[in-house]
Amino acid sequence: MKLLHAIETARAAGDPDRFVEAIPYFRFLGLKLRETPQGLLCILPGDTKLIGNPLLPALHGGVVGALLEAAGISQLVWQSGLQTVPKTITITVDYLRSARPVETFAQGIVTRQGRRVANVRVEAWQEDRSKPVAAAHAHFLLQ
Amino acid sequence: MSGVDPKLIGKAMLEHVPHIRELGLELTDAGNGRGTMRLAYQERLVGDPETGVLNGGVITTVIDSVCGVAVQTALRKPITIATLDLRIDYLRPSTPGKVLIAEAECYKVTRHVAFVRARAWNDDPQHPVAHCVGTFMLGSPSVRRPRPKPETAA
Repeated sequence: MKLLHAIETARAAGDPDRFVEAIPYFRFLGLKLRETPQGLLCILPGDTKLIGNPLLPALHGGVVGALLEAAGISQLVWQSGLQTVPKTITITVDYLRSARPVETFAQGIVTRQGRRVANVRVEAWQEDRSKPVAAAHAHFLLQ
Repeated sequence: MSGVDPKLIGKAMLEHVPHIRELGLELTDAGNGRGTMRLAYQERLVGDPETGVLNGGVITTVIDSVCGVAVQTALRKPITIATLDLRIDYLRPSTPGKVLIAEAECYKVTRHVAFVRARAWNDDPQHPVAHCVGTFMLGSPSVRRPRPKPETAA
């Protein structure tokens, strides 16, 4: 019920960060959500604890995957009025460039939403949106 | 025979990879193109506060890490590798409070690409939480090559 309340108050207040506050792992990553005309922008802060390759240095690939998944879930919850967290059925992550440990953005598009399943495409980038560091497509189970 | 000592890999990962250290992700076995890692349950990694189930992104992180180990131990000498893609199927929710174990196998290495599969489970490997197939690029440049600057008009 806590989660439902958080989603409802986030939507009522137009403040998607209240949704982030309700999800422990999103808080752990330090995610921020901003409403834009194109949908929710998911922002991952540059943080040394998220580094997976200290030599480059680069963000851990799992963290990049987590950001894409989080952006997909958030967009879905925000736009479709879901009252529970959608469950990931499958996610395919393509790693396009090494992601440096700096602020990273991700935005998802719900390609198709059915009654039970939604298909979402997400891209992540750093300084230059035209040079994505990773992309994903995922299927989520809706309840 | 692998040229990489599994114990050294696990120790080096925990010591030198900040995100592995942050999660306390332990390498429990490695060698000959295989690896096993374990992650203790932590409330800060929960994705659904109603159920206490871990977020999928955490499972992605464990799987990406263990796939990297499997690739490294399949190679004759350590080289830089980079994840090219991962497809993860979530077969059932991870049980709240339970350790997550992930095992990966690198089943094919070519000149430029390594192919891996992995699964993660709580108690029983026959009832996995997640299944994954992925590919890794081998020998990725560790330093960005400077791009030639575009010719400026004379």
